[in-house]
Amino acid sequence: MANNRNGLVATISITMLALALPAAADPAPSNWQAVLEEAEGQTVYWNAWGGDTRTNRYIDWVAEQMQAQYDVDVAHVKLDDTGSAVARVLAEKQAGNHDDGSIDLIWINGENFAAMRENDLLFGPFANALPNFALTNADENPEVVTDFTLPTEGYESPWGKAQITFYYDSAQMETPPQDMQALLAWAQDNPGQFSYPRIPDFTGSTFLKQALIELSDQDEALYQPVEDADFEAVTEPLWTYLDALHPHLWRSGRTFPDSGPNLRTLMSDGELSLAFSFYPTDAAVAVKEYELPESVRSYVLEGGTLGNVHFVAIPYNSPHKAGAMVLANFLLSPEAQAEKQSLTMWGDRSVLDIEQLDADAQALFEQGERHPSELPADALSNTLPEPHPSWMTALQDAWLERYGVN
Amino acid sequence: MLRLAPALIITLLVLPVGAGLVMVMLPAFGYLPVLGGHEASLAPWQALFAQPGLARSVAVSFASGLVSTAMALMMVVLFLAASRGTWLDRGIRRLVSPLLAIPHAAIAFGFAFLIAPSGLVARLLSPSLTGWERPPDALIVNDPWGLSLIAGLALKEMPFLLLMSLAALPQLQVDKRLMLARSLGYSPTLAWLKTVLPSLYPLIRLPVYAVIAYATSVVDMALILGPTLPPTLSVSILSWFNDPDITRRFMASAAAVLQLGVTLAALLCWWLLEQLTRLLTRNWLTNGSRQRGEIALRMVGRSALLLSSMTALAALVGLGLFSLAGFWRFPELLPQMLTLDHWQRSAPMLVKPLLNTALIGLASTALATALVLATLENEHRQHLQPKRALWLLYLPLIVPQIAFLFGLIVAAESLGIRPQLGLVIAGHLLFVLPYVYLSLAEAYRRLDPRWLQVASSLGVSRNAAFWRVRLPLLLAPLLTAFAVGLAISIGQYLPTQLLGAGRVTTVTTEAVALASGNNRRLIGVWALVQAGLPLIGFMLALALPRLLGAKRRALAT
Repeated sequence: MANNRNGLVATISITMLALALPAAADPAPSNWQAVLEEAEGQTVYWNAWGGDTRTNRYIDWVAEQMQAQYDVDVAHVKLDDTGSAVARVLAEKQAGNHDDGSIDLIWINGENFAAMRENDLLFGPFANALPNFALTNADENPEVVTDFTLPTEGYESPWGKAQITFYYDSAQMETPPQDMQALLAWAQDNPGQFSYPRIPDFTGSTFLKQALIELSDQDEALYQPVEDADFEAVTEPLWTYLDALHPHLWRSGRTFPDSGPNLRTLMSDGELSLAFSFYPTDAAVAVKEYELPESVRSYVLEGGTLGNVHFVAIPYNSPHKAGAMVLANFLLSPEAQAEKQSLTMWGDRSVLDIEQLDADAQALFEQGERHPSELPADALSNTLPEPHPSWMTALQDAWLERYGVN
Repeated sequence: MLRLAPALIITLLVLPVGAGLVMVMLPAFGYLPVLGGHEASLAPWQALFAQPGLARSVAVSFASGLVSTAMALMMVVLFLAASRGTWLDRGIRRLVSPLLAIPHAAIAFGFAFLIAPSGLVARLLSPSLTGWERPPDALIVNDPWGLSLIAGLALKEMPFLLLMSLAALPQLQVDKRLMLARSLGYSPTLAWLKTVLPSLYPLIRLPVYAVIAYATSVVDMALILGPTLPPTLSVSILSWFNDPDITRRFMASAAAVLQLGVTLAALLCWWLLEQLTRLLTRNWLTNGSRQRGEIALRMVGRSALLLSSMTALAALVGLGLFSLAGFWRFPELLPQMLTLDHWQRSAPMLVKPLLNTALIGLASTALATALVLATLENEHRQHLQPKRALWLLYLPLIVPQIAFLFGLIVAAESLGIRPQLGLVIAGHLLFVLPYVYLSLAEAYRRLDPRWLQVASSLGVSRNAAFWRVRLPLLLAPLLTAFAVGLAISIGQYLPTQLLGAGRVTTVTTEAVALASGNNRRLIGVWALVQAGLPLIGFMLALALPRLLGAKRRALAT
């Protein structure tokens, strides 16, 4: 009985879905008016990592705006791992579901984007045709059309910027280490007070790349596919460095924190004295939310730190592509970008070329007084670009081979 | 109609598990056309066995499942033997349901915070006794041997095994057995162990097997408490399935099949240990020794379970403190200030997940209870012995979730069944039904048949007797089974997330998503909400029979 009933419910809802959807081909982003009309009344399922309440709150705000301004319903599907959304689209393709997928928009970049592109799991090109895309001034800011060295070719639309930012408790430490060698020396003097997330975690892998860029003198090789380089020779200084560093890490390197956010919790517990995050405003936010003491300060290494842009992309089998494009376009509006950048909302940096905006739009980005735990405004100028995505996988495998079993 | 019930139950449970396993088996042997795998190959297995630390991952999964189950079972058995009729017995009986209601992840988070070098216990002793101004750099949580994982698992398994034992005991006429043994001069604990335990164990054997299967393949607790270099097999599998390098799906599928093998091997090993124990204790059971070991057994029996219950409660208190904490740093025992901020910010986000959780839990448990009642009533009317095929009921509990759920999505998508509420409810039914059956079957079968004979001699039809005599008499076990079902449904993460494509949000899916941000204050809020829901269920289950059954109380005694 239960089986029949569930089957019936399934059949009815599938039929209703089928009736509600226009059987027409994918909407063409060049005809924006038509996209807007088609988007009306659609529900866009936006799959985005849900581990941060501030991001979640911002997405809630976006949903309200989209409803009010475009009559598009936005549902935030909270993920604990973006990889699970990629896996979902792949499973749907495997099962032959090519036009009624369960995901309409994914918050994505780097390896996940490369994998989806390679397996034809994305819809596009659409990004360059979005009306607000011009505000990024992509000709002058190539990072908004480049994802881990890969040209995005319009298959994802830029959303925000992240950069590795270190933070420390100024009450316990006066001058934090400014480069990798200084970090090693500091760790030797202060054993057990620093660590990085366990590979293959995203933030942990970024730390490896940061160290590699600084320690290796063959940086050009990092921006080509790893197959074209002598991996052993290029990475040799990294392993020498880590061999020296690990005994002085938290728990003597016998275990590692499981994620980037976990570094913050360990700072909060007083187990670590120095940590880093991909979000430049992370420390300031954590102070506001009682997680870190007010004496915490943020900084960027002297030689610069890795930074990247994060994007939104539309799966090839999304049934609500028009709604997803309207959402991606709204995310690029000065209104939405300024709201995102404000520290009271989220504190994620804008991808727009703010100086090119008109005066009214520029005024939106003016913030009040800076939070003392926040990074100084000019500190983020020194951004190192991400290596080719194949390096990430190769580094992860090599790390696990060396340190994955203790 | 009624006769179809057993077949229907088995189809409902076996088909999805089978379909899921097939869809995982294919890529495990190289067949996954969407990624270019068109022919059978052993490459996924070669890749799997080349993974560094695989043997250790397997060993930790295997051992932590067996050791934690053995610990939990021993605690429960010795407690029952040693505490009969004491205040402790009555206290723990009241505590067991709430303890069962605390979700695994919540216990794990709370327990980790209790034992970590910067945790509650260290804070209690610091700096006065230890002199620690900073937390010591000691590897306790995530230890490479999985000891903290084993302890955490045992904490969580203990209340389940205790509840199952308490449900089975009444049919064993414990008092008569003990009276006889005592009159022959056996001391109380030994009398219980020698006369009651040998009959009790067969009745709780299936629950024990379910616990082993669960513990060998658990993901959430292993993520929080388990070793990291390498992690347990189940944790590795999840990360491979979600790896940005999607060609890893082949290897992930092979690993999922390996997980099934590890779980089956652990079950086999347990079965061998059962046989060994039977051989080794045969002499002890009949050697006539009446006193030896009584005091030691009694001490262990009373203290071990009490200690573990207190630990679980302390873990919960830690979570509660964090949900209210302002800034709170080592070595302060209490937060510098208390705030309602975390609750206030979470409150608006709680409504929809709470409604979904309640709807899914009530629907799947109601369906499961109806199906189980139909099967049991059919068995009774046809005068059948419990069907041997009914062990298939336990298939969803024995086959690790991680081994078949990823395949199940592909199977459902292939049939055109899209993720939605109905599918999630059907998915929960897979796990709720076996537990409802476990909790209800014995009580149903042992209900004195003379009540129904009296009813039929008064001219009441069989259907009327079912509704008006049997169900009211079974109200208490029925409600307990319902509460267990609700608790199981509320705790489900993977089935909800995968079958609902993340669109159907429950308290548990939200809690897991938030937990990935590692904000312990929010984790505290959501874990308490998660634990509170089933607790309400259990409280209703205890209170309702008293309210509804007041006029029948004379009947029941």
